[in-house]
Amino acid sequence: MRALDVKGFIGLEEAIELIRSEFEGRPDELIPMLQRVQNAIGYLPEEALLEIARATRLPAARIFGVVTFYAQFRLRPVGKYIIRVCRGTACHVSGSALILQDIQNHLQVAPGQTTKDGLFTLETVACFGSCALAPVVVVNDSVYGLMDSLKTRKLIEEIREKHGAIVARAGVEKGDRNGLRIFEG
Amino acid sequence: MKAVTLTIDGRAISVPNGSTVLDAIRKAGIYVPTLCHDAVLKPYGACRLCIVQIKGMRGLPTSCTTPVAEGMVVTTETEEIQRIRRTIVELAIANHPYGCLVCDKSEECELLNVARYVGAQQSSVDRMRRASLNKAVDTSNPAFDFDPNKCILCGKCVRICNEVVGRGAIDFAYRGQNTLVCTFGGRPLALSACQNCGECVEYCPTGALSAKQTIIPQREVKTVCPYCGVGCSMLLGVRGQKIVRVRAAKENSVNTEGLCVKGRYGLDFVNHPDRLTRPLIRRDDAPKGAARRKPADDFREADWNEALDRVAQGLARVRDESGADAIGVISSAKCTNEDNYIIQKFARAALGTNNVDHCARLCHASTVAAALAAFGDGAMSNSISDIDCANVLFVIGSNTTECHPIIGRRIKRAVKFNGAKLIVADPRSIELAEMADVHLNHFPGTDIALLNGIMREIVTRNLYDKKFVTERCEDFEPFLESLDRYPLEAVEEATGVAREKIQQAAMVFGKAKRAAVLYGMGITQHTTGTDNVKAVANLLMLTGNLGRRGTGFSPLRGQNNVQGSCDMGALPTVFPGYQRVSDPQVRAKFEQAWGRKLSDQPGRTLTEMFQTIHDDKIKALYVVGENPTLSEPDAEHAKGALAKLDFLVVQDIFLTETAQMADVVLPATSFAEKDGTFTNTERRVQLVRKAIEPLGETRVDWQIIADVSARMGYPMNYSSAADIMEEVAQLTPIYGGIHYDRLENGGLQWPCWNRRHKGTPILHKDKFTRGRGKFHVVHDNPPAELPTRAYPLVLNTGRILEHWHTGSMSHRSRVLEAIASESSIEISHVDAAQLGIEEGDTVSVSSRRGTVRTKARKTGRVKPGEAFMAFHWWDAPANLLTNPVLDPQAKIPEFKVASVRTMLAVLERAAEDNAFLSALAENPAGILKSYDLTPEHRSALMNGDIAAIEKWVGPLEERLKVWLKARLKQENLAEV
Repeated sequence: MRALDVKGFIGLEEAIELIRSEFEGRPDELIPMLQRVQNAIGYLPEEALLEIARATRLPAARIFGVVTFYAQFRLRPVGKYIIRVCRGTACHVSGSALILQDIQNHLQVAPGQTTKDGLFTLETVACFGSCALAPVVVVNDSVYGLMDSLKTRKLIEEIREKHGAIVARAGVEKGDRNGLRIFEG
Repeated sequence: MKAVTLTIDGRAISVPNGSTVLDAIRKAGIYVPTLCHDAVLKPYGACRLCIVQIKGMRGLPTSCTTPVAEGMVVTTETEEIQRIRRTIVELAIANHPYGCLVCDKSEECELLNVARYVGAQQSSVDRMRRASLNKAVDTSNPAFDFDPNKCILCGKCVRICNEVVGRGAIDFAYRGQNTLVCTFGGRPLALSACQNCGECVEYCPTGALSAKQTIIPQREVKTVCPYCGVGCSMLLGVRGQKIVRVRAAKENSVNTEGLCVKGRYGLDFVNHPDRLTRPLIRRDDAPKGAARRKPADDFREADWNEALDRVAQGLARVRDESGADAIGVISSAKCTNEDNYIIQKFARAALGTNNVDHCARLCHASTVAAALAAFGDGAMSNSISDIDCANVLFVIGSNTTECHPIIGRRIKRAVKFNGAKLIVADPRSIELAEMADVHLNHFPGTDIALLNGIMREIVTRNLYDKKFVTERCEDFEPFLESLDRYPLEAVEEATGVAREKIQQAAMVFGKAKRAAVLYGMGITQHTTGTDNVKAVANLLMLTGNLGRRGTGFSPLRGQNNVQGSCDMGALPTVFPGYQRVSDPQVRAKFEQAWGRKLSDQPGRTLTEMFQTIHDDKIKALYVVGENPTLSEPDAEHAKGALAKLDFLVVQDIFLTETAQMADVVLPATSFAEKDGTFTNTERRVQLVRKAIEPLGETRVDWQIIADVSARMGYPMNYSSAADIMEEVAQLTPIYGGIHYDRLENGGLQWPCWNRRHKGTPILHKDKFTRGRGKFHVVHDNPPAELPTRAYPLVLNTGRILEHWHTGSMSHRSRVLEAIASESSIEISHVDAAQLGIEEGDTVSVSSRRGTVRTKARKTGRVKPGEAFMAFHWWDAPANLLTNPVLDPQAKIPEFKVASVRTMLAVLERAAEDNAFLSALAENPAGILKSYDLTPEHRSALMNGDIAAIEKWVGPLEERLKVWLKARLKQENLAEV
């Protein structure tokens, strides 16, 4: 298994400062702004959207429209680990539906939802383009190929353990939105 | 513009270059179905119904987005087009409910019309029909509902809100099948940025957006809105004797695009059960000023003869005993020009006094005084439509989007779509400030310092218009010298505005080819009101921004007919048309016309009348359509004055707080029940038309006055309002050409000298009315009241979008009252935190003159150290707090600056007899250190042990416990 890396999310105040300092406020910077904030906070809180509205002088409702149009943007806090199950053709015929079902049962979340402890978010993706490795499960930026239910479940448990260890080491409370973001790289 | 000729269905049509093919089709008189198109909106091309065949073009382009070209050959309908259109409509219907029979909008439903035209087929619709139509209906808005199931996503509402209203409260959200017109965050409309103007409802082609109470009117009457000074034309939809619907009358130059929430939804006061329908006479056993549970119990109903006799006798008695100047007449800016003319004529000719004034004294008296001195005309110099052609708009002391919403929209559109630059000077971060290029949030009452600072910068940078100054103005040199006192550093310190911003404002304004200044009460309602306006006039003359399109001096008049009331001479110093009462020639003219000897003594102003009642100089008042008990500064004092009067007559449509003090109350008609004219802020005289018969026994104001006058030995005989205007035209040069038959199409802007004169959209074109424009030296003077330790907050007062002045009309509107049902005070987060005040807390606000209770609203709109309150509520009258000190020249009170303190209401009650709590409350940080505390007291206070504290100070209310805990934390007792 690869080493775990730690990356922190920043707070809302800092994100607002970021919008002010890194952008001029042109309307065409809207999508980069949204991406930057989401990258920094993990999602797009309403206050940040309102700040973007002020900066770009676009109506807040327009920005909400853009945010909800693109699948890449999220309006709710996301788990520290985003589990994406590929639902492309190759993965489907290799049993990705079973993997997905198993994760749902195991974590008690439906696709698009985050576990109560804020650790995992489950998502589905139409195709990762890694069909040779089908079925594919991606956790944050790491691709796991040739998966099955058992392997996936083991992976999840492993992440949970390592996360616990890092939290213990860094002394950050579990579920803190501004706490840790860990991914394997 | 060059014309382009094209062929449509074989017919040649010429249209201006830049038109769209759809424009040409419409011009040819051919019907092409559309669902997303409207002439006021930019072409959109969403519904795809307006597709046509154009020779040489591939496919079927949408005619609404295709510009015309010379020689185009267009076919509007082919079999293929028919088929495609039918499918498009069927797809829309497939997602639409079938309940047309019970749909409020089916009469005007565009979808239904289009479906009929293209011949939608049941079988095809059924095949594509969505299984369930169960999106939640948003019924949160008090005026209208949004049913997304009926929405066809044409985007008209979204575009109207963006392009016309400039608000952008709604937009498309989500994607594909799930696309929805939606507010930010998907909130209910009532909690969103929506300002409830209902423009979207007006344009929605289906029943998706529909008014809550839809009653189809029998007929529509075109008239003018009775709320603000913009003077929007509207169509009153009448069913029986009731106004059931209000729409904008679009063919006019004032409000081409629509109405605001007050105009559209705020007119149900006309039919409100509270309307007075019979004259009232005070009961002998009901003394004035005594608090009764039901004010109506103080009065008995009387017939007109008795009431009018009583009024005539009462006034005659005071006149005979104390002289005519012991009577004051307060006219009304809510009434028509004709009413005002008759009222001032009654005061001057029948009573024999110039003691006639109206509420302009409280809003733009300083404008009239200053602009007469600087330019020779006391009114807005240009037209509202000039906003569209200005390069720079400087809005100072005007919360335009709330107080003059339709002008506010124009400003927003000019900034968004015409590239106009916007400078906003306002202590508060108002809506316009958010979109401004420069926001100067100066301290209240430092307008002159700010404007002089900007002007000095303009002169230093050599940006002023030397040609204009030398050729058209006078007294420039002393003015120029006076600016030396306003270097940037000094102005920065005086106003609290960063020097960079002042420089930026000077650059933007100085460099503009066409710049206009728009201002409101923020400039006028100060002890320096007249000087403030003179500073505005100086700025415009200095930069040569007068007399041309897109420039100008724009005082935004408050009331619907405050301009007209001034024009009609409802002022103590002038006859109609600003002809001075002190001028013997003028007086002779009026004496001859009115057949009475007229007084040459200028009368008392409205504010002076109230002050001199206490000195027994005014003994009787005749108040028409005004509510001074709430609108006067230091309202308690004003109320005391009214109680002291020997005789008070109030003529109104409701039993207002003032009417409750009256001896006789005369029921008048509302604007909807009479003919007449209103003059709006841009000097446009517009026709007001009778829509319904007078309610009950109510009578038109001028008729009531004429009857009183006749009983006092001065009959006035007029057959109609038009008849009165004929007399006005004869005696008033600036209204010389105003005749009813000329006002049918959009009205005329005065000065209009004679029958052939077309009116004057722009004043001071080649020369000023007074000849040369006069520069005045004006200097910064602090407001009369500055914050002190006891009263640390500066209170600013004003209006909000949903209500009107003392609320006698707007509080009786179902929708307006639902949107804004209680008063509040805007207070900064910093001050709130320091005072331990939370959002929604009931707070007590006190000034040196009184105390009111209201709800706290924490906001970033006001700066720390400042607060804002609207004066619309009788149960929290902001004017109990305001300072009655007057501008020495215009006698306008300083409504905009009063020092106050705010405190949690529960705390104030508890602190009254509790030294401990009052010490904590009065010293926002650190007081206990100076006390010699026993260890047990100290530990209880340190730990916030409420139970222990309650043992010494008695039981505390829950909210107070929370406050105390927070307050004790600020003490930092541990450090001691």
